[in-house]
Amino acid sequence: MARKQPRPEVSRRKFLAGAAVAGATTALAPPVAKAAATDGSISAPRRPSALPPTMQVAVAETATPKELPRIGGVPGSDFMVDVIKTLDIKYLPSNPASSFRAIHESLINYGGNKMPEFLTCAHEESAVAMAHGYFKVAGKPLMTLCHGTVGLQHAAMGIYNAWCDRVPVIVVGGNDLDAAHRPPGVPTIHSAQDINALVRDFTKWDDTPVSLQHFAQSFVRAYKIAMTPPYGPVAISLDAGLQQEPIRNNGEKLYIPRHVPTSPPQGDSGAVKEAARLLANAQNPVIVADRAARSENGVRLLVELAEILQAQVIDQGGRMNFPNTHYLRRPPTAVGNADVILGLELTDFWAIANAYIDNGEHGVGVNTSRIKPETKLISINASELLTKANYQDFQRFQSVDVSMPADAEATLPALIEAVKAAIPSDRKAAIEKRGEAARKAYAEQRERIRQAAALAWDASPISTARMSMEIWAHIKDLDWSLVSVSGVGFNWPNRLWPMEKHYRWLGASGGYGVGYGAPASVGAALANRDLGRFSVNIQADGDLMYAPGVLWTAARHNIPQLAVMFNNRGYHQEVMHVQRLSNFRNRVANLGNDMGPIGTSIQNPDIEYHKLAESMGWWAKGPIKDPAQLGPALKEAVAVVKSGQPALLNVWTQPR
Amino acid sequence: MRLVRRFGPAALAAGLALGCGGAFAASAEKGKAAYIQHGCWQCHGMQAQGGPGPKLAPDPIPIETFTAFVRTTNRAMPPYSEAILSNDDLADIHAYLQTIPKPADYKSIPLLNQ
Repeated sequence: MARKQPRPEVSRRKFLAGAAVAGATTALAPPVAKAAATDGSISAPRRPSALPPTMQVAVAETATPKELPRIGGVPGSDFMVDVIKTLDIKYLPSNPASSFRAIHESLINYGGNKMPEFLTCAHEESAVAMAHGYFKVAGKPLMTLCHGTVGLQHAAMGIYNAWCDRVPVIVVGGNDLDAAHRPPGVPTIHSAQDINALVRDFTKWDDTPVSLQHFAQSFVRAYKIAMTPPYGPVAISLDAGLQQEPIRNNGEKLYIPRHVPTSPPQGDSGAVKEAARLLANAQNPVIVADRAARSENGVRLLVELAEILQAQVIDQGGRMNFPNTHYLRRPPTAVGNADVILGLELTDFWAIANAYIDNGEHGVGVNTSRIKPETKLISINASELLTKANYQDFQRFQSVDVSMPADAEATLPALIEAVKAAIPSDRKAAIEKRGEAARKAYAEQRERIRQAAALAWDASPISTARMSMEIWAHIKDLDWSLVSVSGVGFNWPNRLWPMEKHYRWLGASGGYGVGYGAPASVGAALANRDLGRFSVNIQADGDLMYAPGVLWTAARHNIPQLAVMFNNRGYHQEVMHVQRLSNFRNRVANLGNDMGPIGTSIQNPDIEYHKLAESMGWWAKGPIKDPAQLGPALKEAVAVVKSGQPALLNVWTQPR
Repeated sequence: MRLVRRFGPAALAAGLALGCGGAFAASAEKGKAAYIQHGCWQCHGMQAQGGPGPKLAPDPIPIETFTAFVRTTNRAMPPYSEAILSNDDLADIHAYLQTIPKPADYKSIPLLNQ
């Protein structure tokens, strides 16, 4: 980075000089090599412009540093820690890297490794997903540090999940901008002009501060933007030089901007009134909620609105929006009879109103409507305030009759009051009658679900309904929180476990990037640990194998959770996709020696997840294939988790 | 186990529809293997209890309806043509589905009544 101001007596470059002795030696090498080549005495092969690290540089990067001259003054990264500490960030999951060594050192020494506490991660994707899961329980963001290029590349999928799931994560990437002074070799390979470009399409905001005061403004701004609905990840590129240099006296006193939370955007009063009019006069209003409730209050508000209208509620499951014990809770098919649909923070309104059937001619999908043509659609969705062009998470365009680019939870109080005022007195009896019908339908639905759960009850591998209820028997008296996304696969916990509080179910990854489940569950369990709750993770096998190192992070930092493997020994979604295409093409699917089409199974050999977990400090047991053995194993595992340690059971299950 | 089934008029009609001609033997044992080999388990579970796809047993739909659906389908399930799933295999699969017993009433399962 260019420096216009006079450099201090002790500069970062002098500080680096000792460490870069080997690098300096390397710097002399190319001219020598060139001279040898030009006099014709040695026929040297042409060398690539981007050289791999020499042994000296690799040693400088990886070996114990030599004794260095002591740096004077107050390190700039100490001031950065002062800034971070004003924002009440409790943890910092991260994989260590040289490009942020200065702020790392400040955090653990100057900052005392508190607020935030450094949590050692084995993969950047795991660190981001931990922050993701943590927020969905705690409602507070975490920050992560990552190496500017390769580390951010690892983190990218996790950031995309957070973006799609509207979750704030503060990503700080170390980067050494000064091409004339940074160490050659690996540190230069790991530098870029603009590291944030990699994630700009799926972050709310990013910056590259060039002074300490700039950092203070950027960091507080990043926090504020991330925490304004719609929430989302933000990125800061942190120059290695800025971290390492001492604070310079420029005659300007550094200050830390005060953070004042931004109030969430509410729906326009006219639009709220029109939505209330449509709902109050509807014959069969249906509410569809996806990421509507982010707190207990959000759940309470949605219940209040539904009861006033006696409207059926479909919970899409982006969050735990509406209790599944409530008689107004209905399955997605309920939209078919609606004359008004209120969509709250929907990922995909088009898919509420339409169906895509992956079963047309030549394998091309078919679109059909799921609603009546005259059905009125109302949308309250803060995501409309945050749409970018490249990644397609905004889904297909759906025309609606009332569109409010606003936060649903913040808008519900006004909408409730407007609905109360809009209900005509002669409609009240009809609304009451609607409730009676809903109670009957709900009771019948509960019967059907339980009878369906009884199918294959004694099967081996174990049925997913049986596994869910075996787990339930051991956690039902605890203040539990389901911290996994595996409910998406077979959904039994969502259908059979009473879910009434917002932390009972946390929703899925958002971007459906596989590998989110295990680390997000650890992050959520961390937040639950601090709140005294019991975390349950129904852990998909394929998901765990992306970055199983997070198991070690959980053990290392005493993060308890009960992990029960949903081990169906395959990438099951893909098993079905390849089978589908085989059928369309009139070809028998080639299974090889597995059960699913080649490339989709995780067997031969079967992975011993219990041994994997045990090797990383977990209590573990398995494989469990006989349903009769599951209950006793769960009893042992729950006792371990209650003692404060993580425990894993490797359970072989039915496919879904 | 190889089962020789006696079919009623409806099943006989289905047998004719399948082009097998007259009475034919359907094997539940072969059907179980075919159920796995042709990937039925992927969506319907190893015991046909259902999953992403609906349950197929107990009480499978009549074979003629079953056959018509498998060949054409109407929604999420990919169709299986005769070229990749023979009529005999399909009949065997149906025979296997018929052998799957009814589950216990959920009211008799303590874990489903917590």
